[in-house]
Amino acid sequence: MTRNDRKIQFREALREAMVEEMQRDEKIFLMGEEVAYYNGAYKVSQGMLDLFGPKRVVDTPISETGFAGLGVGAAMYGLRPIIEFMSWSFCLVAADQIINNAPKMLYMSGGQFGVPIVFRGNNGAGGQLGTTHSWCVESMFAQVPGLKLAIPSTPREAKGLLKTAIRDNDPVFFLESERMLGMGARGDKDFSRYLHGGKWAPPSEEEDDDFLIPFGKANLVKTGADCTIVTAGRPLHFALEAAEALEEDGIDVEVIDCRTYRPLDIDTIVKSVRKTNYCVVVDQSWPFASIASEIAMQIYERAMDDLDNKVIRVTNDDVAAPYSKKLEQAMLPHARKIIDAVRAVTYNT
Amino acid sequence: MTTATGQNTQTQAKTDGGYPDAATQLDAVRLKQYLGRMMLIRRFEERTMQSYMQGKIGGFCHIYIGQEAVAVGSIAATRPDDPIITAYRDHGHALARDMDPRHCMAEMFGKITGCAKGKGGSMHLFDKPNHMYGGHAIVGGQCPLGVGLAWGIHYLKEPKVCLCYLGDGALNQGAFHESMNLAAIWNLPIIFVVENNMYSMGTSIERGTSMAHDLSVKAKAYGIRYAECDGLDFRAVYNCFKHEVDRTRPTEGDQESGDGPAFINVVTYRYQGHSMSDPQKYRTREEVQQKQADDPITRMAEWLIDDGHATQEEIDELDQQAKEQAIASVRYAEESDEPELDELYTDVFSEPFEPYKTGEPPLMMREAEDQ
Ligand SMILES: Cc1ncc(C[n+]2csc(CCOP(=O)(O)OP(=O)(O)O)c2C)c(N)n1
Ligand SMILES: [Mg+2]
Repeated sequence: MTRNDRKIQFREALREAMVEEMQRDEKIFLMGEEVAYYNGAYKVSQGMLDLFGPKRVVDTPISETGFAGLGVGAAMYGLRPIIEFMSWSFCLVAADQIINNAPKMLYMSGGQFGVPIVFRGNNGAGGQLGTTHSWCVESMFAQVPGLKLAIPSTPREAKGLLKTAIRDNDPVFFLESERMLGMGARGDKDFSRYLHGGKWAPPSEEEDDDFLIPFGKANLVKTGADCTIVTAGRPLHFALEAAEALEEDGIDVEVIDCRTYRPLDIDTIVKSVRKTNYCVVVDQSWPFASIASEIAMQIYERAMDDLDNKVIRVTNDDVAAPYSKKLEQAMLPHARKIIDAVRAVTYNT
Repeated sequence: MTTATGQNTQTQAKTDGGYPDAATQLDAVRLKQYLGRMMLIRRFEERTMQSYMQGKIGGFCHIYIGQEAVAVGSIAATRPDDPIITAYRDHGHALARDMDPRHCMAEMFGKITGCAKGKGGSMHLFDKPNHMYGGHAIVGGQCPLGVGLAWGIHYLKEPKVCLCYLGDGALNQGAFHESMNLAAIWNLPIIFVVENNMYSMGTSIERGTSMAHDLSVKAKAYGIRYAECDGLDFRAVYNCFKHEVDRTRPTEGDQESGDGPAFINVVTYRYQGHSMSDPQKYRTREEVQQKQADDPITRMAEWLIDDGHATQEEIDELDQQAKEQAIASVRYAEESDEPELDELYTDVFSEPFEPYKTGEPPLMMREAEDQ
């Protein structure tokens, strides 16, 4: 089977990554709410209980502080936990464990205790879930030194990045999206034509049993001459949709998928901006003190003289996520907003 | 034993009297060693306070004086590779677990020779070679970590027990309750050791904790075994822990064996203020004096003399050694270097990328490897 023929959903790609890694290393276990007997609240871990048994695929009670902290302790002890949050929105009750203990243990112990752990789950608006359930945690958590933050954008990225996350010896926050878990079910139809040619499907284990996508290396998804769009995760698809529309108007954008915000591959971003002289950053979290602001600032620090306009940020609106479908759509980044931003920044209004 | 649902069936309280007097099985050499360790903690803490007042130690600093029998008595009942974890009042546990007092003092002085190269400080003491998984300064935050250590033991089918220490104030943190529940449903080899010194800062346990007069209900609520002992008495602490640690310890390769988690209420008292800046308006001088009359070190010394395990001269000699070690630790800390500025960027990631750097392990680790 060639890569192009593979139709693999985002959730299956995540599962493949976990299964392959768990087969490789017995110290890895998956723990979280409903991951075992229920087969995963979102079916990411479907079938894994049967494969690995209840000692390695472990259902927890609804105790995020308890099981996130358990993961950190187990990682200090030498195990390699994968802790699933049903949604990153629910991780906030475990904040002390995930942002105090996990990323700072190595430092405050003077290098004695590292924490090789992956926290993963759905991030971002799931669709009319209201504000408590629609958190985008990347900007908030990217502030903390000592953790890595990965946001996959396709099934291929999901598998390659998650395998890397599991092998990493430092804490990794792995941000998936409920809205993308089914992506790939319809094959290429789910993806922009810029992702055709098999780029979105990962190799199976038979094709490549060591398929890793390194952290801190951004992916130049589409080359273009007129403006750079920087993003990661689900908004990548909005950016590519915008790119197709803009192409019809003769505006040729370059699109960068950061893959990881921590570490951030600023070199690739700056190189692109030096070429296009314009930049739009698309970030699905709030604008204040955000990833988008940080990337813009780093561009100013390194390539101020190469810019022919200010950097424009496309983010969530600075309000709580509303329930109303219409209001929610208005609040989130989408292709229309990106198109307008590119036009504005390149003086094509 | 536990039932299929992970419920402990034996939850009745054991009081001091109920335990076999295992301490009498200890030979004179070991008993003197434990007394010496308690004296070391006392003398070390006196020097800590002095150094703090001289401005040589910064930040928050919590003194262990009065509670020495808790750390020494409970750790005496463990094996050296049983993991322990505690809160920020951690100097006693570090020393009881054999951390070299020089590295401990140097850490508080913020020196490169400290156990964490001066990056952790008084409240965050770690000793990997001696299986001490840290002092943790967010009240209750160490409880889930302790459950994680016990999960590690369980997962790897090891014959070990985790001691997870907490203050009475931590009884009111959610992290503690989630931890008790997880330990119970999975029957993990962990003992929650409440160092009940009757106050969390200025809040007496009665004012802040429901059912303060009968903490056994906290354990019963989770189906966890309850025990209590007099924390001012080494012998009572040791006897209680010897019994409970042995019961909890699984046999190698059989993670279902062992009697599962326990919750031990160790009633103790801190003779000093909460931290170095505590005017102590919340308790009377008489109360403190009354507790000081029960001094755990005096009690143990008297017991050893009465039972013929030690002479007064030997005890004086132990105390003299403790004083000298404490003074030597201060001298060592004073003479040690501060960390180079490069250390700011080490130990952030175990696989560093720009701008981070790879660090040298602490001197303590390198010394342990050389042994
Ligand atoms: C979550 C949190 N809240 C508040 C504090 C501030 N604080 C530090 S120690 C302490 C009292 C804790 O008392 P207890 O648990 O009884 O321990 P003890 O000091 O008696 O050893 C408080 C309120 C903290 N460190 N962490
Ligand atoms: Mg207390």
